[in-house]
Amino acid sequence: MTAARAKELLLGSWQGRFGLAVLAFFILMAIFGDAIAPYNPEASSLDVLAPPSSEHLLGTTESGADVLSQLLAGARISIVVGFAAAIISAVIGATVGLLSGYFGGWTDRILDGLDNWFLVIPTLPLMIVLSSLLSPSLGVLILVIGITSWAGTGRIVRSQVLTLRERAFVERARALGAGHGYIIRTHILPNALPLIFANTVLIVAVAILSESALAFLGLGDPTQISWGTMLENAFTSDAPSAEAWWYVVPPGLCITLLVLAVALLGYRFEEYVNPRLQERSG
Amino acid sequence: MNARWLAGKLGAALLTLVFVLIFNFFLFRGIGDPTAELARLPQSTPEEVEKLRASYGLDKPLLGQFTDYAGDTLTFDLGISQDTREPVWDEIKEAIPWTLLLVGTGTLLATVIGAWLGVVAATKRGKRTDEGLLSFSLFTYSAPEYWIGILLILVFAVAIPIFPAGQQVTPGEDFSTWLAEAADVLNHLVLPAAAMTLMLLGQYFLIMRSSMVDVLTEDFVTVKRATGLPWHRVVSHHAVPNALLPLVTLAAIQFGAIAGGAITIETLFSWPGLGDLTYQAIIDKNFPVLQGTFLVFSIAVIFANLLADCLYFAIDPRVKAT
Repeated sequence: MTAARAKELLLGSWQGRFGLAVLAFFILMAIFGDAIAPYNPEASSLDVLAPPSSEHLLGTTESGADVLSQLLAGARISIVVGFAAAIISAVIGATVGLLSGYFGGWTDRILDGLDNWFLVIPTLPLMIVLSSLLSPSLGVLILVIGITSWAGTGRIVRSQVLTLRERAFVERARALGAGHGYIIRTHILPNALPLIFANTVLIVAVAILSESALAFLGLGDPTQISWGTMLENAFTSDAPSAEAWWYVVPPGLCITLLVLAVALLGYRFEEYVNPRLQERSG
Repeated sequence: MNARWLAGKLGAALLTLVFVLIFNFFLFRGIGDPTAELARLPQSTPEEVEKLRASYGLDKPLLGQFTDYAGDTLTFDLGISQDTREPVWDEIKEAIPWTLLLVGTGTLLATVIGAWLGVVAATKRGKRTDEGLLSFSLFTYSAPEYWIGILLILVFAVAIPIFPAGQQVTPGEDFSTWLAEAADVLNHLVLPAAAMTLMLLGQYFLIMRSSMVDVLTEDFVTVKRATGLPWHRVVSHHAVPNALLPLVTLAAIQFGAIAGGAITIETLFSWPGLGDLTYQAIIDKNFPVLQGTFLVFSIAVIFANLLADCLYFAIDPRVKAT
């Protein structure tokens, strides 16, 4: 992709500009959150469930901790889990899709069967079961979300590879005696890469939502504050009944904005790599 | 070919079910042995541990354990809940109707409202109404469904207390008639069902909108207009029935998966369905119950897929031709 095309892709529409700006905002928050946090996010105080004031701009939690400081700390978890899990899912999905589409035959039958099976198995229950069996930590969360979210990527990559395999330049390479590894590396993978990339960006959005749902169900990393664990703590301490809107609105809004930004960027990439979508949109 | 097509689908569903059983068995066997805790206690004797292992059937070879598990499962014996000491299947059996009620209401409302909004947006394509609806659907797609539920509680149960914030009936209430009880349940259903509807609405709206946009450009619509039929009649009598197919199929396919997706909503509202049962099992590390609900969630998806295939078979003549 040329620089001019990348610029048009990212800045040529409000979706691209909005997505990029919001994502940049949250990445900065993830990097500098600790440095600018007014309080230690885990320090409790007697000032329990206090509404926003000049001391606590977003009020306090049920243990008297500063909501804004927790919010700043939570950005890192969402971003790290979202991107790391999406990368794992992309690697598995791309490998399965490439091998199954390229080799066909029994390889395809087994890998495509596996892919179908993962498409059928309900994702959230599977994530819940896996993270309940392993003890929760950041690494486990990433792994569990990564290995349960790849089936869609595998399916799309496989169908793309099925058409690439029959193209003239691949047949020519094969006729000239090129090995499978060479053909996959130089002809198949580079052509499938934009599609894999667009799909991975969309998986980031799904992974961020998955982390928040698992955290809400008490399966997050107990040593880290994420937006999902904030909502879990708010829920288990009955903050909604105490009308503590300052505690429950900000974390959910942050998740929503981050997911929205990533999803909009993903749709932009998808439109670019899949010309069929361009005619239909708008 | 018809019968063979259906038989193929049925066979694939059965095969998936077998793999679900194998997976479910090895997954929970993989975490190991429920007697490991006892073996760690210093006062436990090897004989006691052996006896306990035998009571779980763990002294048998792995294949024997699996055939036991499969046999038990197929006869609805899902083991005993570690928490209540009740059979797991009894707890699941009680939870299923509540989940069906919540998921069914949510799916029905989201399909009807989504179809209606999709038609509105497609006929006003590019206008402000269309753009507003698109933005709204993007927002509900991006928001965690349980957070939308929390907002609903905040507004409609706390700030303006018109609906209950949790559970399925008013606790301790003695209902004079079943009608009064049904009305109370309905009242408790409003907020969780609204959260469920909002979770599904965005996607259903987008499907209906894009399928409606496609249908409106088809030749038969132009022909109907040319015969002098009023536009609203062309839309309601000819375009909408054709555009509904993808939405109805999607809603049917998803019906099984949604039960698993409703876990957070049921948890939030203490709605006594499979999701809340799952949440309690997570908190108590109650693995027999977790294994049971996971099995039911998986079977629900397989069953819904099969049902959607049959539905497609029944309403789309093109499937029969192949």
